Amino acid sequence: MHEITLTVNGVVRQARVPARRLLSDCLRHDLGLTGTHVGCEHGVCGCCTILLDGEPVRSCLTFAVTVDGREITTVEGLAGPDGALSPVQRAFAECHGLQCGFCTPGFLCTATALLRENPAPTEEEVLEGISGNLCRCTGYQNIVKSVHRAAELIAEEP
Amino acid sequence: MTSTDTRTSQGIGQSAPRPDGTLKVTGEFAYSSDLWLEDMVWGVTLRSPHPAARIRSIDLGPALAMPGVLAVLTHEDVPGEKHHGLELRDQPVLAVDRVRYQGEPVALVAADHPERARRAAAAIVVDYEVTEAVTDARRAAFDPACPKVGERGNILRHQPVRVGSVFEAPVVVTGEYEVGMQDQAFLGPESGLAVPAEDGGVDLYVATQWLHVDRDQIAPCLGLPAEKVRVSLAGVGGAFGAREDLSMQVHACLLALRTGRPVKMVYNREESFFGHVHRHPAWMRYEHGATRDGRLIYVKAEILLDGGAYCSSSPAVVGNAASLGAGPYEVGNVEIDAYGVYTNNPPCGAMRGFGAVQACFAYESQMDRLAEACGLSPVELRIRNAVSQGSRLITGQLIDSPAPLAGMLAELEAFPLPAASDGDLRELPGGVAQTTHGEGVRRGVGYGVGIKNICFSEGFDDYSTARVRLELAGGEPHVLVHTAAAEVGQGLVTVQAQVARTELGVERVTVAPADTTVGSAGSSSASRQSYVTGGAVKTACEAVRERLAELAAAHPGLTTTALLQRFGPVEETREYRHRPTFPMDPSTGQGDSHTQLALCVHRAVVDVDVELGLVKVVELAAVQDVGKVLNLLALEGQIHGGSAQGLGLALMEEVLVADGRLRNPSFTDYLIPTILDMPPMKVSILENPDPAAPYGLRGAGEPPTLSTTPAVVAAVRAATGRALSRVPIRPEHIALT
Ligand code: FES
Ligand code: FES
Repeated sequence: MHEITLTVNGVVRQARVPARRLLSDCLRHDLGLTGTHVGCEHGVCGCCTILLDGEPVRSCLTFAVTVDGREITTVEGLAGPDGALSPVQRAFAECHGLQCGFCTPGFLCTATALLRENPAPTEEEVLEGISGNLCRCTGYQNIVKSVHRAAELIAEEP
Repeated sequence: MTSTDTRTSQGIGQSAPRPDGTLKVTGEFAYSSDLWLEDMVWGVTLRSPHPAARIRSIDLGPALAMPGVLAVLTHEDVPGEKHHGLELRDQPVLAVDRVRYQGEPVALVAADHPERARRAAAAIVVDYEVTEAVTDARRAAFDPACPKVGERGNILRHQPVRVGSVFEAPVVVTGEYEVGMQDQAFLGPESGLAVPAEDGGVDLYVATQWLHVDRDQIAPCLGLPAEKVRVSLAGVGGAFGAREDLSMQVHACLLALRTGRPVKMVYNREESFFGHVHRHPAWMRYEHGATRDGRLIYVKAEILLDGGAYCSSSPAVVGNAASLGAGPYEVGNVEIDAYGVYTNNPPCGAMRGFGAVQACFAYESQMDRLAEACGLSPVELRIRNAVSQGSRLITGQLIDSPAPLAGMLAELEAFPLPAASDGDLRELPGGVAQTTHGEGVRRGVGYGVGIKNICFSEGFDDYSTARVRLELAGGEPHVLVHTAAAEVGQGLVTVQAQVARTELGVERVTVAPADTTVGSAGSSSASRQSYVTGGAVKTACEAVRERLAELAAAHPGLTTTALLQRFGPVEETREYRHRPTFPMDPSTGQGDSHTQLALCVHRAVVDVDVELGLVKVVELAAVQDVGKVLNLLALEGQIHGGSAQGLGLALMEEVLVADGRLRNPSFTDYLIPTILDMPPMKVSILENPDPAAPYGLRGAGEPPTLSTTPAVVAAVRAATGRALSRVPIRPEHIALT
């Protein structure tokens, strides 16, 4: 067993995990953060995407021990400290960018990182930016709209 | 307050936001896989590695001896009924003396950690005597020497349709078509939590499509009365038909009752492929006869659907394939035989558009062949034969509400075509892999038409129940809506709240969590919930309104708030039924078997690299008649999502089964469309009301899945000149045939 320390959504968390514990299981089971979803367990669907030091990463392909000391943001950490939804979260809720919502945390984390790098993406850049995430419900049209809407909301922010 | 005229800002017709939207974007929405209790233990399933075998013996000893193991169960531990099933109770809870498909549950383990439970399951020793697996549906159906898969004969339903006697025509086209096995591939795996209760019963929290039919199968298996099995809906990560049959429900309850501990079960993706039914693969032979100017004289067809090892909803699938087997076209002479067959392949059942999807691919392919034979455009040929209000289906059923197919096709054809590729190589087939510079790339355009029955058919007592309570909360009117209807992502919670707002004129509406403490809502399938549960909520609201009107009449001058203050909440529960349907005649298929029909038409534009066999869908356009738009954004989402699944069936999605064994049970090998596979969509929505339905609405979830597939294939045929008679199309069908 290994002691690891992670900063998750701004809070320092400790866990004792076996070397083979996946980060997705560590977040969901050891830390009780079930907003990070597991849809395929092998890096295809993107449901388990989290931000590792700001970069989108598949937590089902990452051993928890390898991220000891790092900073992690999960879907639970996207809203502001006062609970106000982030622009990306607002846009997905407003534009019906979700149905069952199982894929949503992964899309939100991916889009958050995308828009931080590139606040005004073109249509192609949006498509490419989220092409690593699967959604079975929406046919993606409203997800694309949500990302563009999120870019607008970010631009409007003071 | 006392009329439907009251305007609320988020009522019927408004794109009201989802009430669960905020929880779903903050990560707080609890899916069935997220449930957690401090003292819970983990259940796992041991499954058969063989598609057909006799079980000689099972040795549980090694598993029981492992640390952390709390229970190991086989069929001997099932206290009640040993079988369950939607239409026929033929599927064992745990295999009794035989296994009939690869992945059939054989034993269960509960342990204090999921990994320990898995290791213990692997330690169980099952002695199998492998027997001959029946894997060819045609042989299963028609070869008298073929072994029987189950206790009954191998044909689980044969539904003929017989009309007229003219089977000669100046123009005749024939074809043989095949549809591969598609998976629903919802992203949230099968999972749930069973909690033993003090009264000896059990509380089950599970992702499902129909709480009451789950309960009514679970309770007899547990040997418990229905009221001791309480089922609540946990968050559902997509369904599409795959959660209509039981998966882990009885298993988790058995383990919970045995261990006295809450038991959680979660399938991983691989197990999910074994844990639910798939779309029936189909083999279809069609013959269409027409006049030289393209008017249908007759349709003959044989439709063979592989139901796999157990019945599931195969009879309904066969009924849909037969009754809708000629499509939405007028034809006076019909000879269709649809068969559902038992084999040792994976069980097949409901998936979006069940039965109608398979037939649609074949009859639409035939309509294109016929158009070519008659020298007509595909759209013109379809318009010449299109049904309309007043037409009869091949079952003799009158289409008694608007069915403006000809107009829909004309509108679709008039949509401007997308521009030719602008030379950006990433836009060509092959995408960022840049497998071509444009040489060998051909564009094609194709059309597809689909007709789907909405709600349950063939005499099923199809209803939903709603309890509506108008009360004061914080001094203001508030409505609580309670149904057992499963929100699976489609947006039913939104629609229920919209109905209540419109009917009662109250902004603040809460939809209570779905459970079995209220009457059945029926299944979230067959595009039926807006119709049936929408209708139930509407009817219950009307009853509340009437009660309130009586109170108001007796106490003039009092406002609604004052009335509620004085007399307390007003609550009414109502059941709602759609118009009755009737069985199909077993030898002629005649009968008013459907209550509502819905049409969707698609146009697909594709670019195909004919040398490499790669397809890029450039655009999908659709026209759908929904009777009445309840929530435009949610509706468009259904059309987009349904179209994506139809595109998947056309080009990439297939569960590969060889000798009864699944070859690709993972998302690396079973491909579903990504955003780069799914083109931009143009959608036109018509509102021709069905007077029999609440608000005139027409179920909308399934029809787009039907018409997308033949449209995409037709476009690929147009680009390549290939016959392409099976889906999904593989690159070799384009480049190597
Ligand atoms: S669960 Fe990690 S990518 Fe699917
Ligand atoms: S909303 Fe269901 S998978 Fe995306």
